[in-house]
Amino acid sequence: MNFAVIQTSSGWIFFTEHRAEILSTTLDHLMLVVIAMTIAILIGVPLGMLIVQRPALRAIALGIASIFQTIPSLALFGFLIPIPFIGGIGKRTAIVALVLYALLPILRNTYVGLTGIDPAVLEAAEAMGMTRAQILWRVRFPLALAVILAGIRTATIITIGVATIAAAIGAGGLGTFIFRGVALVSDSLILAGAIPAALLALLADFLLGLLERRLRVA
Amino acid sequence: MNTKTASFSGNLIEFHDVAYYINVIPARVIVSGISLAIPQGETVVLLGRSGSGKTTLLKLINGMLLPSKGQIRVEGRATTDWDPIRLRRGIGYVIQEAGLFPHFTVAENISLVPTLEKWDEPRIAARVEEMLQLVGLDPREFAKRRPRELSGGQRQRVGVARALAADPPILLMDEPFGALDPVTRAELQREFSALARRLGKTIVFVTHDLREALLLGSRIILLEAGHIAASATPQEFLQLDHPEVRAFTSSLSVGPGSPS
Repeated sequence: MNFAVIQTSSGWIFFTEHRAEILSTTLDHLMLVVIAMTIAILIGVPLGMLIVQRPALRAIALGIASIFQTIPSLALFGFLIPIPFIGGIGKRTAIVALVLYALLPILRNTYVGLTGIDPAVLEAAEAMGMTRAQILWRVRFPLALAVILAGIRTATIITIGVATIAAAIGAGGLGTFIFRGVALVSDSLILAGAIPAALLALLADFLLGLLERRLRVA
Repeated sequence: MNTKTASFSGNLIEFHDVAYYINVIPARVIVSGISLAIPQGETVVLLGRSGSGKTTLLKLINGMLLPSKGQIRVEGRATTDWDPIRLRRGIGYVIQEAGLFPHFTVAENISLVPTLEKWDEPRIAARVEEMLQLVGLDPREFAKRRPRELSGGQRQRVGVARALAADPPILLMDEPFGALDPVTRAELQREFSALARRLGKTIVFVTHDLREALLLGSRIILLEAGHIAASATPQEFLQLDHPEVRAFTSSLSVGPGSPS
């Protein structure tokens, strides 16, 4: 916040004058993040549960998810453009890239959460005649929830940041201001994108952190 | 299925020349040549050093392990013929760290098997209260607590209550009092000894503590490197002339603490 204030009064005036535009772009950005995160959770959590049961898939799934994370984000957006169906210019490509980025923390934490449970608890569950499905849903999953949520929290913060780069392939969002600001050498424009993005990240971190603490047991 | 009524011999648990290997090459023998019969109502203590195969025998009874050779019969039926889920629901199980579910309250922990067995609500509630009283915990004070709000001794009491909740004929206990401080341990041993006599369950109890074995067992089976080294009543046991028995009895006289 200090940056905007220090920077000359024109920065602050820019913010007030373009309030509506900044707000709608922020909501655009949030939409991108929410859609990408929803898809990433719907893929990552079940896949994490699957690789607990299927050790053969584990190395492959975690390996592929790790590889996506190592690709620089701008390059990943670029790679996706020529790919049919999921590629091209616009929101859809951006969402695919964001999902690929968010997948690893969710997948890894789901796996770690489900497998990092006190062996005595699992032994007791098995010895008392719980089926594998009952152990998964009534014991492993509730006990892993806080760890899974920590992964979702990390992924959300990454996604909010990476989504600013999605503007480079025409997906909109707060990155639009940043790229325009870089092109026009306007600090005000850059900050109009960067500050809301930072605030979104902080807010998401705070809210998901609260939820995570509530779900933590023992 | 049709063997259920046919071949019940009166021994609730029978081992017929059982061996268990871990299937690596070369196979590692965990237990072998185990034959024993445990009649209804007896408390058999499996005594032995760490790695002597005590826990393996326990897990062979409730089908968490299946024998590599031979057969274990529970209520006359081989563990390999049982539906493992049905078999285990009829066998209470208590382990050293209690293994209570940290996300469940004490009441939810105790009612687990009755809930899985779809008892109705009032019956479950009554049973939870009865079980808590049985193990000496006030239901009003403890039912709503979480395991982390209990002491080690209280956790073990809940562990015993949970194992007994669905009134199984068989109780398996794997060093249930092993992690407790000596005073609490002695307290729980005494109480459990009285409880066991009263309930008339068939109990298989694993320990490396000879005092505990002498106190609780109606029979002591000494295991050494996966074999049965001796089998005797507590009175006979101390007189046996066997090197491993002497190793245990001499540990009794050495120190006032528990042998390990």
